Amino acid sequence: MTIASLIDTPSELTDSASNKTAVVLMTRIRLARNLAGNPFPGWAKPAKRGEIFELCRDALTATLPMKRCLTIGIDELTDLEKQILVERHLISRELSGAKAGSGVVISRDQAFSVMINEEDHLRIQVLRSGFQLKKAWSTINELDSAIEDKIDYAFSPSLGYLTACPTNLGTGMRASAMMHLPALVIANQMEKVVRAVNQLGMAVRGLFGEGSDASGSIFQISNQTTLGESEDEIIKRLGSVLTSIIEHELNARQKLLEADSGKLFDKIGRAFGILQNSHVLSSGEAMNLLSLLRLGIDLRVFPEANRSIIDRLFIEAQPGHLQHAQKGEFEPGQRDLLRAARLRGEFANFPQPNFTFTTDGSN
Amino acid sequence: MPNPLKCDLCAKPATVHLTQIVNNKVHKVDLCEECAQAKGVTDPSGFSLADLLLKASLNPEPTGVAGVRCEQCGFTPNDFKKQGRFGCPACYETFTSLVEPMLDGMHKGTAHTGKVPRKALARKTLYERLSKLELDLTAAIKSERYEEAARCRDEINQVKQTYGQKSPR
Repeated sequence: MTIASLIDTPSELTDSASNKTAVVLMTRIRLARNLAGNPFPGWAKPAKRGEIFELCRDALTATLPMKRCLTIGIDELTDLEKQILVERHLISRELSGAKAGSGVVISRDQAFSVMINEEDHLRIQVLRSGFQLKKAWSTINELDSAIEDKIDYAFSPSLGYLTACPTNLGTGMRASAMMHLPALVIANQMEKVVRAVNQLGMAVRGLFGEGSDASGSIFQISNQTTLGESEDEIIKRLGSVLTSIIEHELNARQKLLEADSGKLFDKIGRAFGILQNSHVLSSGEAMNLLSLLRLGIDLRVFPEANRSIIDRLFIEAQPGHLQHAQKGEFEPGQRDLLRAARLRGEFANFPQPNFTFTTDGSN
Repeated sequence: MPNPLKCDLCAKPATVHLTQIVNNKVHKVDLCEECAQAKGVTDPSGFSLADLLLKASLNPEPTGVAGVRCEQCGFTPNDFKKQGRFGCPACYETFTSLVEPMLDGMHKGTAHTGKVPRKALARKTLYERLSKLELDLTAAIKSERYEEAARCRDEINQVKQTYGQKSPR
């Protein structure tokens, strides 16, 4: 399997329409694991890193979920291919900048990916569309146990799984949800939400993790601490925080509709007009317009069946995917032309907005 | 006048004082204007207190482990100060006195209550028992305690059988 075929294969993130929900785009869990008796990747000599890479790769490819997987060393990838994998959330920015001796194993449906020699020897990840924390935990728990059959993990009874950075000790687990919160952004409530969520020991980040902006009103919310609580407790606590954010977002949408539905529909209608007719679109602007269309779908301005198209375009409007589709590398200015052309094509046959049903603001 | 607080990340006077309550624990960070800007404290979406606390907790010179080197990987507390990452799993035991105070503010608790890799641990116990028996066997043969040697040999065979064909790493 190659990167090109991976992009053309239906994936959990881009094609799983059945689980799409109004607010949560996807759920992710990652586990940090290390091999007992071996230096962590950042401290290991190149030869040792290579040895660890091979050992991990062989253990991983022998597990059931990784049957017919894609295994790649980071040095075998072009910059564009790395960018595509980052945009699909299959590898981190840190891994894309790593030296030889690092790599990734990706399951065929792209639901699982395991980074080797990132900050830890193994960063096991499961990705599920929609709000599926429990399901995500049970599937990643199984994969982790299958890997444990073949690898001796570094573990201490008191500190749990030992990780390169002490902030990941214990469960080594980071569970997160990618949330679409346009109404909280429009109503200027995001700052308050971020503060409250931080107080509860959860972190809020942009779409592509640390330091990325929140274009498209998409936020990643995850647990901040990993030690002193079991996986189930972390998931339960995160789950209740997420549920209350969903409630706040839905309330904010209701309030916007009640206070000034004309203004809200104007935003959605204009976004649709720009997507159908513009000739220059930066990826930030495209994200924000797509975000408004997704809100339109949630408010039944557009048919629900089109939600998965928007979620796919959130990914495909990113610079890496755009350049891959156009089979070349382009300057940012040219990309903005290509992006606009791509979206014009995509929205030419999109259903016309219907602003009549939505007076009840139901969702 | 009391001593002005110093920034947790550099030595300048701190003007930004941050208090966060996580699970009924109070976390305090004091920063100077510049560090606060650089860390994005003024932008609530972009910073996580755990990271700050980690770096802040490194600032006081680690006591008791200053000259220590990890026997397994050669790592020193100075390396940790530079990188914020440890060298290998054994470092956590070597530098316990560095790790313990750090964990207090960083996590919800200081003891692991989650998943345990039972299969890996069982393998380890078995492997350790095997190595000990082998040592006992050599010692018994050396001092001509043949009865004990025979007992060790039988036990080794038994352990190996339980373990199956796989050789321990």
